[in-house]
Amino acid sequence: MTSPATGPSFLRSRHLEFKVIGVLLVLLTVIFPVLNAHGVISDFTLTLWGKYLCYALLALSVDILWGYTGLLSLGQALFFSLGGYMLGMHLMLLIGPLGSYAKAGQNPAGLPDFMVFLGHTFLPAFWRPFYSFGFAALMVFVLPGAVALIFGFLAFRSRIKGVYFSILTQALTYAASILFFRNALLMGGNNGFTDFKLILGHSLVDKDTGPATMRGLFIASAVAVLVVCAFCHWLNGTKFGLVRQAIRDGENRVLFSGYATAHFKLFVFVVAAMIAAVGGALFVPQAGIINPDQMTPAKSIEAVVWVAVGGRGTLIGPIIGAIAINALRSWATHAYPDSWLIILGAIFLVVVLFLPGGIVSLPAKLQAFWQRRRKSSVPEPTPLQVEPENPKS
Amino acid sequence: MPTPHAAGAEPTRQTDTARQTIVRAILTDDDAQKRTIIGSLVGQGDEAIGELFTAWRQDSLFIYAAPDGAKVPVELTGDKDANGAQTAVKVIDGAPLVDVVGHPIRLVGTDLTAVEHDSRLRLAMKNVVDLLDLGSPILSKRLHAIQTIGFAQKPDKLPALEARSRIETDAAAKTELREAIALIQLADPDDAVKLQALTVLRELHNSSSYDVIKAARTKADAAAKTSVAKAADAALTAIEHHKSVVNFFGTLFRGLSAGSILLVVALGLAITFGLMGVINMAHGEMITVGAYATYITQNVFGDGMNFTLPFIRVAIHLPGLHLTGWTYQLYFVAAIPIGFVSAALVGILLERSVIRFLYRRPLESLLATWGVSLILQQLFKLTFGSNNVNVDSPVYLSSNWTFFDITFDWNRVFVIGFAAVIVFGVWLALTKTPLGLLIRCVMQNRTMAACMGVRTERVNMLTFGLGSGLAGLAGVFVTQLGTVGPSMGQEYIVDSFMTVVVGGVGSIFGTVVSALGIGMADQSIQQILLNPVLGKILVLVAIILFLQWRPTGLFAAKSRSLD
Repeated sequence: MTSPATGPSFLRSRHLEFKVIGVLLVLLTVIFPVLNAHGVISDFTLTLWGKYLCYALLALSVDILWGYTGLLSLGQALFFSLGGYMLGMHLMLLIGPLGSYAKAGQNPAGLPDFMVFLGHTFLPAFWRPFYSFGFAALMVFVLPGAVALIFGFLAFRSRIKGVYFSILTQALTYAASILFFRNALLMGGNNGFTDFKLILGHSLVDKDTGPATMRGLFIASAVAVLVVCAFCHWLNGTKFGLVRQAIRDGENRVLFSGYATAHFKLFVFVVAAMIAAVGGALFVPQAGIINPDQMTPAKSIEAVVWVAVGGRGTLIGPIIGAIAINALRSWATHAYPDSWLIILGAIFLVVVLFLPGGIVSLPAKLQAFWQRRRKSSVPEPTPLQVEPENPKS
Repeated sequence: MPTPHAAGAEPTRQTDTARQTIVRAILTDDDAQKRTIIGSLVGQGDEAIGELFTAWRQDSLFIYAAPDGAKVPVELTGDKDANGAQTAVKVIDGAPLVDVVGHPIRLVGTDLTAVEHDSRLRLAMKNVVDLLDLGSPILSKRLHAIQTIGFAQKPDKLPALEARSRIETDAAAKTELREAIALIQLADPDDAVKLQALTVLRELHNSSSYDVIKAARTKADAAAKTSVAKAADAALTAIEHHKSVVNFFGTLFRGLSAGSILLVVALGLAITFGLMGVINMAHGEMITVGAYATYITQNVFGDGMNFTLPFIRVAIHLPGLHLTGWTYQLYFVAAIPIGFVSAALVGILLERSVIRFLYRRPLESLLATWGVSLILQQLFKLTFGSNNVNVDSPVYLSSNWTFFDITFDWNRVFVIGFAAVIVFGVWLALTKTPLGLLIRCVMQNRTMAACMGVRTERVNMLTFGLGSGLAGLAGVFVTQLGTVGPSMGQEYIVDSFMTVVVGGVGSIFGTVVSALGIGMADQSIQQILLNPVLGKILVLVAIILFLQWRPTGLFAAKSRSLD
């Protein structure tokens, strides 16, 4: 494993890194909404950044697995979307009575429009509890957690690891996405859920009160990122966190030292799934849409890109990566619509080939470069190359 | 003399051609005799009959009194000129009416005697026209006519069918005739005839007669005729049994062909991922390269094509060979090596520029090759457009055979053979050639091979080229089975990886077994669930569960090393 085991040198300790993240996020939580309230930042920009923060949560969930535990999961987009779908079901039930069928008097039961379109006249049983926001919020954690628990239990029990784990999670995501594309699942088919208008009694679209709701969602997203970072920071300091990193660096040694690595991995996998799901749930009201396109393996790999670009094995890296790539996307899809995918692919290639530590390792690299320039007259002894114990994973 | 159309295709008792018979009917004065003559045309397949009868009913047939006093029936066709005259065509041979010096004669309809017809005559003509296709020299038309008549269950058509069955020579048509006759007899009020018909139907066990028999059974039940109901049940059981046998073998064939497609698609990955350990997410794009190579080959064989390379904006004009007919059809054969070589070259380029830095970091090769896949997809989109392109099916792949009611599409038969050939080829290349020996030793232990003096860099490059080339071959073939577009590779990538993982990484034989197994499972589940999407999901779930039982796949390379 060649991943950076410690943080980059400019953040000398992980405590310093966490302080930096903390300060930045608190500033973000306060400054952005305040500026928005005074009209300095447009509503569009605020919502955009709100979405970036949700993506940051997704990136953090990838990082917890890949950067800290050595599990490259290509299923995080699935958990992200599942979280989104759970809250989306609640939001869809709220707009049912406001939909076009209801206005035309063809929807006395107040079903979501797509169900009326499919010819249903009463609500399926599994939709009913979602009238309650509390239940939906609970399901945001429970359903993705349960999927992760079952899949993870099966996968880790039979010691599926490395690339096999990646390929299996990819297959799981693929299977789920084709399932959600079906209308028969009653989850909106390929259109998914969209056109939300209300959340917890606040309007999402109203010209006067909508921006305030969006500010609230933005603050919630920033706080969620902060909480997740705090949780990960705390976890990294515990014995559990150390065992987890040991699993990444040499799973067999940990196993032979008497630790049930499968249990550790399972716990991390479930927690990561829940974090991704929270990101999805916060994403849905801000983006205004969730559909199976968000669930594809390609989206999962994209989240891995953010982490790789930002710097895996750090807490700040995924956040930087998610925001940087998505900001770049927002700009490039307008400025260079034809080349955007090529830019993304090229960034990926460059990062993997030349900058395995990501953006956060850049200052350290530059520093080392300058030092070498200064001492160029004195040839440095080449450091001993240590063969990684486990070149296959 | 037989009719010119039907010459050789059917013996006929008539000495007159259909046209001569019609002339005879026109010139006969007695109405009853007219109908008899027309009725004698039943069972003849001459196309002229239908046309002439239509003309007759629409009052376009006239009798022209020739200067020598002979009565010549003619058909007036074409547009009327200023005088109201039209081209006259002789009924007897379909040739234009000419005067002594050979000039065509134009006639005015109102000057001539129109050929009369009454309702009974029209009925007789309709009867002939209804049964016209029964005598058609074209087999498919004849079969269709027989089926239509059989399902209509009109007893008055029975004599025509029986007459036809006496002179029919084609085996398939004979069987159809037996069935049609039995179906009509099933509507007979006499129970003995019904029973006999049911025996025939049971023997033929054709699934298309199922509904008719069922209806007869219901009727027999209502009339409390147990013997008929029993016989109908026996016939139904025979059909059901036959259906299940056909379904079974049909599913087997479809499973085999689906497995072969998987195998062709995954074989390249079995080398790049299985042997080399590179998680090549751009494998799908290598398939796309092969598919677009086929598309370009097709256009070069045809009228040529123009496209512009993106970014550098170089316009490329490929001149066309303007081939037609069978030489054009050969484009697909030419595309096979072209697809292999172009994908292999792209693969070698990819290996030299990216992958060779990542042999020690397989997970990162996944990410880097995914970046490559994005870039390639976008390049395809910019070069060939984001819409799917059209690749023709050569004639030798677009037909099918039917044996015992099982349809064998030629492209599916071909893919099975194709898969067998390339698997054999890969096996030969890996086990019987010096390069294969080098590939196997480098893949087992790069460092040790390098110490022995093997140029591992070069072997890596060639192996990756081989794997990519095989993906290109798959691309050539999938043009015949699916769509060709910039993102087509994505459809195959998950399936390919699953196939290789289930088979056991590093084992070509495992890939063969797992591809066929997954193909069979997929088709069988589809047959049971009648829902391809649910079937696919179930197969994926089954694979995940299967890996519980054998985490390293079916045929994993045994090793004492700890991962």
